[in-house]
Amino acid sequence: METITQTIIVNAPALPAAHGGPSFMMAFTVFVLAVFVGYYVVWSVTPALHSPLMSVTNAISSVILVGAMIAAGPVDMTPSKVMGFIAVVLASVNIFGGFIVTQRMLAMFKRKR
Amino acid sequence: MSESMTAFLYLVASVLFILALRGLSSPETARKGNLFGMLGMTLAAVTTLFNPGVLSYGMILLGIAIGGVIGAVIAKKIQMTALPQLVAAFHSLVGLAAVLVAAASFYAPEAYGIGAPGAIATGSLVEMSLGVAIGAITFSGSLIAFAKLQELMSGAPLVFKGQHPLNALLGLALIGLVAAFCSAQTTGLFWGIVLLAFLLGFLLILPIGGADMPVVISMLNSYSGWAACGIGFTLKNNMLIVAGALVGSSGAILSYIMCKAMNRSFFSVILGCFGAEGQKAAVKGPKKNAKSGSAEDAAFLLENASSVIIVPGYGLAVAQAQHAIREMSDLLKKKGVNVRYAIHPVAGRMPGHMNVLLAEANVPYTDVFELDDINRDFATTDVSLVIGANDVTNPAAKKDPQSPIYGMPVLDVGASKTVLFIKRSLSPGYAGIDNELFYYDNTMMLFGDAKKVTESIVKTLSGGH
Repeated sequence: METITQTIIVNAPALPAAHGGPSFMMAFTVFVLAVFVGYYVVWSVTPALHSPLMSVTNAISSVILVGAMIAAGPVDMTPSKVMGFIAVVLASVNIFGGFIVTQRMLAMFKRKR
Repeated sequence: MSESMTAFLYLVASVLFILALRGLSSPETARKGNLFGMLGMTLAAVTTLFNPGVLSYGMILLGIAIGGVIGAVIAKKIQMTALPQLVAAFHSLVGLAAVLVAAASFYAPEAYGIGAPGAIATGSLVEMSLGVAIGAITFSGSLIAFAKLQELMSGAPLVFKGQHPLNALLGLALIGLVAAFCSAQTTGLFWGIVLLAFLLGFLLILPIGGADMPVVISMLNSYSGWAACGIGFTLKNNMLIVAGALVGSSGAILSYIMCKAMNRSFFSVILGCFGAEGQKAAVKGPKKNAKSGSAEDAAFLLENASSVIIVPGYGLAVAQAQHAIREMSDLLKKKGVNVRYAIHPVAGRMPGHMNVLLAEANVPYTDVFELDDINRDFATTDVSLVIGANDVTNPAAKKDPQSPIYGMPVLDVGASKTVLFIKRSLSPGYAGIDNELFYYDNTMMLFGDAKKVTESIVKTLSGGH
């Protein structure tokens, strides 16, 4: 195991470890496990709530906001900062819109009075 | 904030996203689930403010404020019947945001720790181009879906000659561009991928007809997740990967459920064959006679029944008849009639569309049943009332192997003692096939707008005692 870790570190000089990013295999592991979690969790969603499921997943996929914020973060005005800013706006429309419309829908589902 | 602290908070946010979806297993827990989702998103955003690369907050906070206000206003004002197009529009925004973030990471890779401009690691380039291509397809595809749902363009499938070879060619060209981009990493190639993927998104969704929208929306939902995932790989951010994978698998499962409910393969929906097949199958048969009745007749049958099942379809959404229907069932319940609702998985234009509309009209969700749970009960039901639905009740799906919808699970309304159909005319449904149910002896057609007919039934019911 140690030698493998060392090999990865030695072979990956192009990637500065400044942000502590996981290696591809680590990221891929997380990805595959998350797909499985998603699979089981989504099958347990009741069909009556498939519309709210769609709008809430829409809001959740806008967590891409994180990438947009990093792009919009530097002090100097660069093309990437401008693109980051626009992406922040778009993702925020989705986040606020998605969660609020989901809440509106869910508030309507009531039991027998 | 230390690196491990950041990673930990992102992990907490990922868990909150999982709990948000988990909550949707029942309406009881769903509201709490949504709260978890909001909490996770807030945590993710606040944690990112502490990222070492984030030095100026002005633009970020301004962007969140602008987007937040727009999103909140839209979400508060939107009518529930317009939900499908809203979701399509939202998907397109995720797609575009993914394209922009990928572009930003291409122009300023050092901000994400994936190299320097012109010297980005090959692995990151692959991930970046996947993210940007899926994002662009999601964007343009969702725009078309939105235009079709909003009726800015015809909902009819647009099929032209050589469509499939053209799409296949474009797909291959896209792969070629990605390969070239990964070795040369020039700006031109990057935007070439974006443009080609935009075009592909347009062409993929154009040929798909209106009634296939539940599948298309679910599929685009899935794409928006995979796009987020691709960006997550590029940025080496596990939380983005987890959130993207959750959304991606959610959309994929919904597409699968919708396809199964139409007994069609995913590919035949994507390739847009259905409309074309259906039109060919729309052979005009000999003129048959359908019995038609008045609202008074219907009211009489309904109030003298002991059990009634209401089958809503897209026509209910178009006519905004959900409130009138609820009023009618309240009156019937007062008279001691057992009223329930049966919902086909593909009724409406998005998964669960009918459930939301009925909930909006204050129909208790305990009165609303899925196809599998209620289909056996039609045989012991006095009156089935079909409102704005057609293909999902067509017995041809069971009996006629020649029918384009053969094999599709349908609601067995014909088995009940009396079938009432509220419909504008005898015109066939989306699939272009005649429904023999209209001509059954125990069927009575109520011609007219779903809302107006229901309102006159309500009038008769409330005046009749």
